[in-house]
Amino acid sequence: MATSLNKNAEADQGFVYLPLIAGWLVPGAGHFLLGKWVRGALLAASILGMFVLGIAMQGKLYGGAHDILDVLGLAGDLGNGLLYIVSRILGLGADQVQVTTADYGTRFIVVAGLLNVIAAVDAHNLRTGRKS
Amino acid sequence: MIFRPSHFSAVVLFALFASVVFGITQRETPRRMIRFAIYCFVLFVGAAVVLSWLMFLIAR
Repeated sequence: MATSLNKNAEADQGFVYLPLIAGWLVPGAGHFLLGKWVRGALLAASILGMFVLGIAMQGKLYGGAHDILDVLGLAGDLGNGLLYIVSRILGLGADQVQVTTADYGTRFIVVAGLLNVIAAVDAHNLRTGRKS
Repeated sequence: MIFRPSHFSAVVLFALFASVVFGITQRETPRRMIRFAIYCFVLFVGAAVVLSWLMFLIAR
């Protein structure tokens, strides 16, 4: 009982959404903030690897929403946080999909963003004590 | 740098990265995380192989 109260008191200290926001902006950062170094490193390697390979396959970075599929693609891309913003600033990623591998690359980038959102929510669950 | 994997290599890479994230986020203990990641990886790659053969046989 006392341990449970202490755990709740610890979880209530500080800004509870920090791991969620940090995890969204930088893959794995939410777990690093909570001292989960191995999990954070594996998540960062997976999400960064997927994003970088997507760019290397000449995948498209969605820049605007012209139709419903573009809106979904943009939502997925935005899940990458700073990776997406920096890549857009640097002009990485293709504007048009011209080869088959570019289509794979576009999916890799979108899925990396979606996986990053899952990882950030996991960091939030660890922070609130919903997950151990 | 341009990377042009085959369709199968792309499937394996996709399965590997997605499985690692699924394993870590969907289970609580390290042992169960590893087991779930392997399970997801096998399902991803296995489904791709089975569907590929189905499409090959349908197209004949």
